[in-house]
Amino acid sequence: MATQTSGSGGFLNNLGKIYGLYTGGFFGFVLLLAVAEQMGLPKKFIGYGFVFLTIAVYALIGVLSRTMDSGEYYVAGRTVPAFYNGMATGSDWMSAASFIGMAGSLYLQGYDGLAFVLGWTGGYVLVAILIAPFLRKFGAYTVPDFFSERYGGGLARFLAVIVLIVCSFTYVVAQIRGTGLIAQQFLDMPYNVAVYVGLGGILLCSMLGGMKAVTWTQVAQYIVLIIAYLTPVVILSAKKFGLPIPQFTYGQAISQIGALEQNMLQQGLADAKTLKLHAVPFQIRDPLNYFLLILCLMVGTASLPHILMRYFTTPSVREARKSVAWSLFFIFLLYFTAPAYAAFAKLEVYSLINSKVPIAELQNKAAWLFTYGKYGLVKVCGANADALQSIIAACGKIANHPGILRHQDLVLHPDSIVLSTPEIAGLPYVIVGLVAAGGLAAALSTADGLLLAIANALSHDVYYKMIAPNSPTSTRLIIARVLLLVVAVIAAWCATWFPPDILILVSWAFSLAAAGIFPALVLGVWWKGATSAGAVVGMAAGFLVTGFYMVATHWYKFPLWFGISNLAAGTFGLIVGFATIFAISLVTPKPSQAVRDMIDATRRPRGAPIMQDKGAAVAH
Amino acid sequence: MAQGTPDRYWSRTSTLMWIMLVLWFFFSFGVHFFVNDLNKFTMFGFPVGFYMAAQGSLIAFVVMLFLFASRQDTIDREEGVAEDN
Repeated sequence: MATQTSGSGGFLNNLGKIYGLYTGGFFGFVLLLAVAEQMGLPKKFIGYGFVFLTIAVYALIGVLSRTMDSGEYYVAGRTVPAFYNGMATGSDWMSAASFIGMAGSLYLQGYDGLAFVLGWTGGYVLVAILIAPFLRKFGAYTVPDFFSERYGGGLARFLAVIVLIVCSFTYVVAQIRGTGLIAQQFLDMPYNVAVYVGLGGILLCSMLGGMKAVTWTQVAQYIVLIIAYLTPVVILSAKKFGLPIPQFTYGQAISQIGALEQNMLQQGLADAKTLKLHAVPFQIRDPLNYFLLILCLMVGTASLPHILMRYFTTPSVREARKSVAWSLFFIFLLYFTAPAYAAFAKLEVYSLINSKVPIAELQNKAAWLFTYGKYGLVKVCGANADALQSIIAACGKIANHPGILRHQDLVLHPDSIVLSTPEIAGLPYVIVGLVAAGGLAAALSTADGLLLAIANALSHDVYYKMIAPNSPTSTRLIIARVLLLVVAVIAAWCATWFPPDILILVSWAFSLAAAGIFPALVLGVWWKGATSAGAVVGMAAGFLVTGFYMVATHWYKFPLWFGISNLAAGTFGLIVGFATIFAISLVTPKPSQAVRDMIDATRRPRGAPIMQDKGAAVAH
Repeated sequence: MAQGTPDRYWSRTSTLMWIMLVLWFFFSFGVHFFVNDLNKFTMFGFPVGFYMAAQGSLIAFVVMLFLFASRQDTIDREEGVAEDN
């Protein structure tokens, strides 16, 4: 923990020691709770212990990192080494949806769900080769800063701010919702109260220290979330296959699943219409939608401002590139494990079904169904599996029901897979608490990054650059904090009544970011001929086309274009965006020599940044 | 400022970018076009097409990025545009 350091120099020189101690301390804490559980500590207190202690540590780091320096507040003083920025990006990136929801989607969708795994990793290749090093050289505080300098003026900045706020806000609502769901389950609080408790945790991390505080809490949160994600599945793999490497052993699970699938179909335990074979592609998405979804997620990754701004914090362009590689490595550790979760859970469930267990005996054979049925995450015969009597009654109402559990009787909510694995594996409750702490870390860290991106766009781009360019640093930093609080409260308020599926919300945010930001950003660096008029019209056109397609097809029964689902709506925006920028740039006057020189300087790592850190632009 | 070689620096950088982009396309899309053919083979229990989407391409992305960072750094140094330190 960062408690023993005074100056940031001492802290930065001892990162390995500090986070090593922190990791050791966390393991010790888990062991302590494990012992306490064996000695009879009630489950409720284990849940409280995990949630409150981890939040307290994050808050402590947040308070210790408080700052009144704008360079530290906006870009962590540009001192974060590649390795640690990679970890921070990892937890910034991996949200409640990745941590809790992704394994569940893979369980339900099999091969077709892998579009998310591919899309959310491959995008980093685009970040590294096309964008991050150049933005680092540019020396901006926010992504809209780049648009304003490159495309000369307020309009490009304003459009970038709009896109940033729309996509980040949709995304942050989903995170706060995730925080609330976890706090609800492990603290037994009403959801609406839990949302505000989660919000308190988020604000404690980011209010006082901005990017500097968020960076160092995100590193701490990454450590918790990766330990929490790997532990249950590693133990499960060792128990079932005698080898603690789940990423390797789940191959055997996949082949067993294939055999069980055939058996269920032959024995009438599954309906050929509803059973999706796990390893067989294109049963849920046709190839066109599968590949376009991958494309939108990848390009969206390379356009999300809360991710791009993490690469502003490295000490150099070289470190920025290395840092993208580390980011992907740390993200990869979780994403290549998620399919193992899905396979192990599926093997367990299919084995249960193949054993032809009578509905009346489910309580004894698979008690975990009822643990999560209580929260509405497991349904049997259409009824919540909260009590044995209610599902017996529900199955009794189905015509010709054989009285034993069939594949089509059991419906698992995606969120139940990761949460229930410890119990399926017969692990003590302390591991369940650990998983909850990990999910919370994932949701909090992403929410922090997103809120900061939104608040910084409002305070730096809108207030400072557009409304009051002469305001002193202290005023700007106070405004930044007030806006952070306001945005956070609005987001939490939305989360208390926002119903839709998290994964849809998140996919939309990616498509919107891809359509609005990517073409102008990439061409801004890679094509000197891109003009202001082209960029402005291209951004607006791409964003509007994508937004229109989502709204029209989701709510107004608008017919699909070429059968492309609105999850991949960014495809149209990308095409329109690139085409518009090209076309208009060719007919408008070329960018001035000053702009072309600026692009040259952006491309070369050596030399001073284009924008100086104290806020005054010097390039023009 | 190293005004002598900016064109060569940028053309080498661009070439590297295009190579990476082709590899990116191959591991993101190309190899998965053949998932049904690859699934006819099995490796450690994994159908190979499934394996590529669940792990193979991911490993390739990670390796690619470390190689990219070191290759680009070499280009920076050779063309005299690397940062000091």
